Amino acid sequence: MISHFLKLEWKQFFRSSHWQKGVAVKILMAFFALYFIVAFLALGIGGYFILKKMFPESDPLELVNSYLVYAILADLIIRYLMQKLPVMNIKPLLILPIKKSKLVHYVLAKSSFSAFNIFGLFFYIPFAVVLINKGYNTTGVLGWLFLIITLIQSANFLNFLINKNTKAFTVISVILLSLIAAQTFNIYNVTAFGGQLFNAIYSAPTYAIFGLLILVLLYNLTYKQLLNQVYLDQAVSQKVIEAKSADLSFVDKLGDVAPFIKNDMRLIWRNKRTKTVFLMSFLFLFYGLIFFTQETYKNMPPMLMFASLFVTGGFALNYGQFIPAWDSAHFKMLMSQGFKYRKFLESKWILMVVMTTLLYLLSFPYLYFGIDIFLMITAGAIFNVGFNSLFLLYAGSFNRKRIDLNKSGFGNTQGTSATQFIIIIPLMLFPMLVFWIFNKFVGGVSGFIAVASIGVLGLVLKSYLMKFIEKKYIKDKYIMINAFGKEA
Amino acid sequence: MITIDTISKKYGTTEVLNVPSIEIPTGQSFGLVGNNGAGKTTLFNILLDLIRPTTGAIINHDIQVNSSEDWKQFTGSFIDESFLIGYLTAEEYFDFIADLRGMEKTEVTTFLAKFDEFFNDEIIGKKKYLRDLSKGNQKKAGIVAAMMGNPQVVILDEPFANLDPTTQIRLKKIIKELTENREVTVLISSHDLTHVTEVCERIVVLDKGNVVKDIITSKETLQELESYFAV
Repeated sequence: MISHFLKLEWKQFFRSSHWQKGVAVKILMAFFALYFIVAFLALGIGGYFILKKMFPESDPLELVNSYLVYAILADLIIRYLMQKLPVMNIKPLLILPIKKSKLVHYVLAKSSFSAFNIFGLFFYIPFAVVLINKGYNTTGVLGWLFLIITLIQSANFLNFLINKNTKAFTVISVILLSLIAAQTFNIYNVTAFGGQLFNAIYSAPTYAIFGLLILVLLYNLTYKQLLNQVYLDQAVSQKVIEAKSADLSFVDKLGDVAPFIKNDMRLIWRNKRTKTVFLMSFLFLFYGLIFFTQETYKNMPPMLMFASLFVTGGFALNYGQFIPAWDSAHFKMLMSQGFKYRKFLESKWILMVVMTTLLYLLSFPYLYFGIDIFLMITAGAIFNVGFNSLFLLYAGSFNRKRIDLNKSGFGNTQGTSATQFIIIIPLMLFPMLVFWIFNKFVGGVSGFIAVASIGVLGLVLKSYLMKFIEKKYIKDKYIMINAFGKEA
Repeated sequence: MITIDTISKKYGTTEVLNVPSIEIPTGQSFGLVGNNGAGKTTLFNILLDLIRPTTGAIINHDIQVNSSEDWKQFTGSFIDESFLIGYLTAEEYFDFIADLRGMEKTEVTTFLAKFDEFFNDEIIGKKKYLRDLSKGNQKKAGIVAAMMGNPQVVILDEPFANLDPTTQIRLKKIIKELTENREVTVLISSHDLTHVTEVCERIVVLDKGNVVKDIITSKETLQELESYFAV
């Protein structure tokens, strides 16, 4: 039986759309995972020495112990927000002759190996190894590590018991906040108390068995709860959100393109991934702060140009690069309706321009960093409006990957192909180069003017360029229909 | 009138469709029948210029579908759920299609009112996104959207599948009314021989991409089809 489950897992993993993505995406994803693993490993191995150096007076293990309480509570909060029980996977198995208890054990066992439980180990295990190496009591450290692992696993099951219950979440958050408050206002020394608890385990490792008891208890509770809920209308169900319709009739003033713009506004707001893109574009506003505040970049104007482009370009870049894949699910229908393709493209263009303008207005506080920075942002905004918006539309005609809007938002790379990597060159490097050349060899404000002029040129030639882009889309219509029709 | 002229479609060396010639006069209710893989949906997709034929052309009311797009103004269609926009409510979807087809707001209201019975209170005012509706209800929304804007040609792929019996009967009535005045041409594909013989005055049977029967519907048609498919 178990081997059947393992085979299913294997196939699910290797046949997921994950692996059918372009090589570039795979490498990038692997890099991200590797980055986190290396970061945790480095902390685990180096943690002892760093702490020793920074706080020579105190014992590194005791220091870590005193903050573990916070780590555990924060872990629970992150889990609440992000971790989901992989319960939908068993839907096709429910009607097969397999005992329900087995299915539930399988789901729970599977959840034990989720990334949430693994990543922490990359810190704790090397940290423990270093401790033993440094002459700490081996059984003591092993007992401590055992307790940590059981607590991580307990948190895993506690999270499923809470099961997205807002009340429980509030309670945990309040506990965490009040602990921090108690500490900061010297009401109660939480850090010391937490530290004593874990220190005690180190001195008397047999008590680590309590961790196991907690784990067994929570596992059993979760098991019992889930066993009663393996029904399509309970655990194995998908939530249906009530639809809310906002009145968007003010858009009707835009005439022919209004239906598409209304549609896009709803698309953005009602799907997780697009919503993330939308909200992220406001985060990009702060991108400049990283660059403008640091001395190092003061002498590297092209890097400042780079940051300036991002400040106002967050939406155009993140949304624009996946045009028209956002509409891939209903692309066939759009293509059988009688409207001018131009209108469809125009609506996307308007959306990018309006959002860029809005972000530009919000970037006015950057005046604080001086008129030069602000001129740079202005030049960047004009470039984004004039050149990038049109270029993104053109680049979009090379998109051949379907995007399923129902899938989650953050870290979802569906729809990504080589196109997304290549377009960065004209979008970002080209204006940086132009700016650099003029700034270096002509000087003064010529760099800003040069970048802005390209944007203005784009605006002037817009209707000609749009015609060209439209032709490209119409030419590639059948290829797109075919590509978007395939399951992602 | 729709003329299908020596349409064929090949993927590599496999030919999935080969139709020498079919003429569908205006106002005819035309049924397409065949087992899975017979080429019904491929033919409809070519008719809607969603797939390019390897050879041949389709002329829809004097317009060749892959050289001009003007046929879209008078052709309504529903092929599958991918014709719906999942994140819209049914009302918003109808408004969107109405906008594309140049219908006024008031027109939409009177148009939808005609389908009250067909919707059976399961579509309008439900506060649900189309993606959260059941398959049958999704189909209802799609079929009605295909009839928006007074199309002269209506193309429906498997309209009866997933509908409950009452709705199937109501749909048959709607299709019959549509072709009553001999102005609207309706093209339907179906696996249900009873429905298709009841609704369509002409039935073409496809098998592995080839036309094997082209029948004007009579009392004997159902029996003829049943004996053909009972292999």
